[in-house]
Amino acid sequence: MLPTTDSHPRAAHDFLQDPERSAWHDETLWMVRTKRDRMASRVPEWELLRETASQIKEHTLSQLSGYLEEFADRAEANGITVHWARDWEEHNRIVLGILQRHGAKRLVKSKSMLTEECHLNPCLAEHGIEVIDTDLGERIVQLEKGAPSHIVMPAIHLKRSEVGELFRRTMGTPEGLDDAQALTEAARQDLRKRYFAADAALTGINFAVAETGGFVVCTNEGNADMGAHLAPVHIACMGLEKIIPRQEHLGVFLRLLARSATGQPITSFSSHFLKPRPGQEMHVVIVDNGRSRQLARPDFRKSLACIRCAACFNTCPVYRRSGGFSYSYFIAGPIGSILAPNIDRKQHASLPFASTLCGSCSAVCPVKIDIHTQLLKWRQEIVAEGHTGWMKRLAMRAAAFVFRHPRVFRMAGWWARKFLPLANRIHLDPWTKTRDLPPPPNASFQEWYRRRGK
Amino acid sequence: MTIGLFVPCYIDQLYPRVARASWELLTGLGHTVESPEGQTCCGQPLANSGHAAQGEPCVTGFSQLFGQYDAVVGPSGSCVLHLKEHLEQRGDPLAHRIHELCEFLHDIARVERLEATFPHRVGLHQSCHGLRGLGLGRPSECQIPAFSKPARLLGMVGGLELVPLDRADECCGFGGTFSVQESDVSVAMGTDRLADHERHRAEFITSADMSCLMHLGGLASRAGSPVKVIHIAEILAGNAP
Ligand code: SF4
Repeated sequence: MLPTTDSHPRAAHDFLQDPERSAWHDETLWMVRTKRDRMASRVPEWELLRETASQIKEHTLSQLSGYLEEFADRAEANGITVHWARDWEEHNRIVLGILQRHGAKRLVKSKSMLTEECHLNPCLAEHGIEVIDTDLGERIVQLEKGAPSHIVMPAIHLKRSEVGELFRRTMGTPEGLDDAQALTEAARQDLRKRYFAADAALTGINFAVAETGGFVVCTNEGNADMGAHLAPVHIACMGLEKIIPRQEHLGVFLRLLARSATGQPITSFSSHFLKPRPGQEMHVVIVDNGRSRQLARPDFRKSLACIRCAACFNTCPVYRRSGGFSYSYFIAGPIGSILAPNIDRKQHASLPFASTLCGSCSAVCPVKIDIHTQLLKWRQEIVAEGHTGWMKRLAMRAAAFVFRHPRVFRMAGWWARKFLPLANRIHLDPWTKTRDLPPPPNASFQEWYRRRGK
Repeated sequence: MTIGLFVPCYIDQLYPRVARASWELLTGLGHTVESPEGQTCCGQPLANSGHAAQGEPCVTGFSQLFGQYDAVVGPSGSCVLHLKEHLEQRGDPLAHRIHELCEFLHDIARVERLEATFPHRVGLHQSCHGLRGLGLGRPSECQIPAFSKPARLLGMVGGLELVPLDRADECCGFGGTFSVQESDVSVAMGTDRLADHERHRAEFITSADMSCLMHLGGLASRAGSPVKVIHIAEILAGNAP
């Protein structure tokens, strides 16, 4: 990944070099968006549901510490051990500590973007602990030694036939396997043995309920349950924004999540965990890693309301045509582009600009995050901190000068119109390289308007 | 009422016929229309590039030029949205008197009939800022009853056939400086948008935003596509070429 101001456009350029693949990527994700529309349209109170979810989240974020403490107290009372991690390193230390205490050598892990954020897998590998991702998409990504390109469909950058080839190489499946059912079955058989051999299971958390001290994990494959129910130790990791106040609020979020994410009425499994079963140990790790900093920025705090449904990815015309790896942050798409600048504005300077500000993300978001407004606001901060090129800064200064002086503007306009036919011929600027400019009119509107009737 | 006709900079310089059509539409309704001297740019390109502070003088200048009018109308959803938002932030009452052209015709002038005819197959490109920003129609993401002010106005034009599109309101990829800074993605989006219109045999793409049309028209012309672009004001005014 390229830590420069033009990292997104450059990576997008590369992605678009294979038109067939990029068209396929766009179509596939657009299909998910249409499925979401169909599902949403069948819920008459959809917009009310979004508004309710948005308000619950805003309320929760306004009293986050109180709800977190409430959750932790209840969870502890239920027999769960709660850990607090200031940053990703502390998170990894905690998880490693738990595993080492149990002499665990094999960990099965269901989907968790947080452990991706914390680089947990490489850290555990260094300490001789084998991590097996059990979510099919993440397993594929793990086998190809890659990274997720989408937060709900981590392997969406691969076509089925490529997965078949990967499985042949890594699991010895027959050549040319290109059937979803057969591929899933192959992965399932391989994973099955690993569940039984696991010393511990790690899951993410979709919703942690303050009122009960319990938490909910949503999967389509039941892999979180399978792992957690078999292993003697269950570690669940969450970002501190995953909290909701009451059990009844789940009804709002569970109805929104899967419909927004994949166009299913609900995920196949919504697993509620309340306390460890007899003989099992259960841990919850609550991670900050920059979140409280974002919480303190009034313009950007609502980004913490995200329930990671990825609807904004699927709807984003830029994401669909540039792919997950064009984003310099581990969470791609519109939401990634407003979370990343909180972490490093220089490295991720190109992300808030990777948008036309069409607003589709904000309109689709089930918790009504004003994503495109935040993109625009991050642009101001990034420019103010000097993370954009001097050429661009100079051009903007010049433009601002012209706009402040109507006479100069008129003259510049006149010259531009004279120059236009030439620009259309020589194709030197980034516009005319790919697009024609319109044939210039003889007079501007203002010229016509002043002369009219004379 | 006395209307101030706001003519965005690029329309003034490149598409004067769009401003003329707007002027004719508004005077045709019996209003006094003036387009004050000294207009430049609304400052949106600056703000969207992260230089909002440098764009503020544009908003101040705009407010001084247009503050006296009963209503301000501009044939560009994007520029109008920018001004509306920035005037609102300053608590400038002009924020509530500035309208995009279709919005004005539909909501304020309450036009029910038009003389214009345009016997062609036309695709309506719902520009994002007009659609989601100004609420000119129902964005496809939203689960509310469907409506579209531009489409309703086009429905009053004789002989005009509105063609359905596969993606009702996908962005064209213009996005101001995005079109050059992210030109690969911008062109890919525009090409897809154009193809959608071609698939449905649209002869024209129309929109309430000329900037989207500049992008789409530029792509069409470079590709030798038969599809032409035309601003909605020209169709509604009945003076399409
Ligand atoms: S920002 Fe909204 S739409 Fe995007 S992933 Fe988060 S909840 Fe979903």
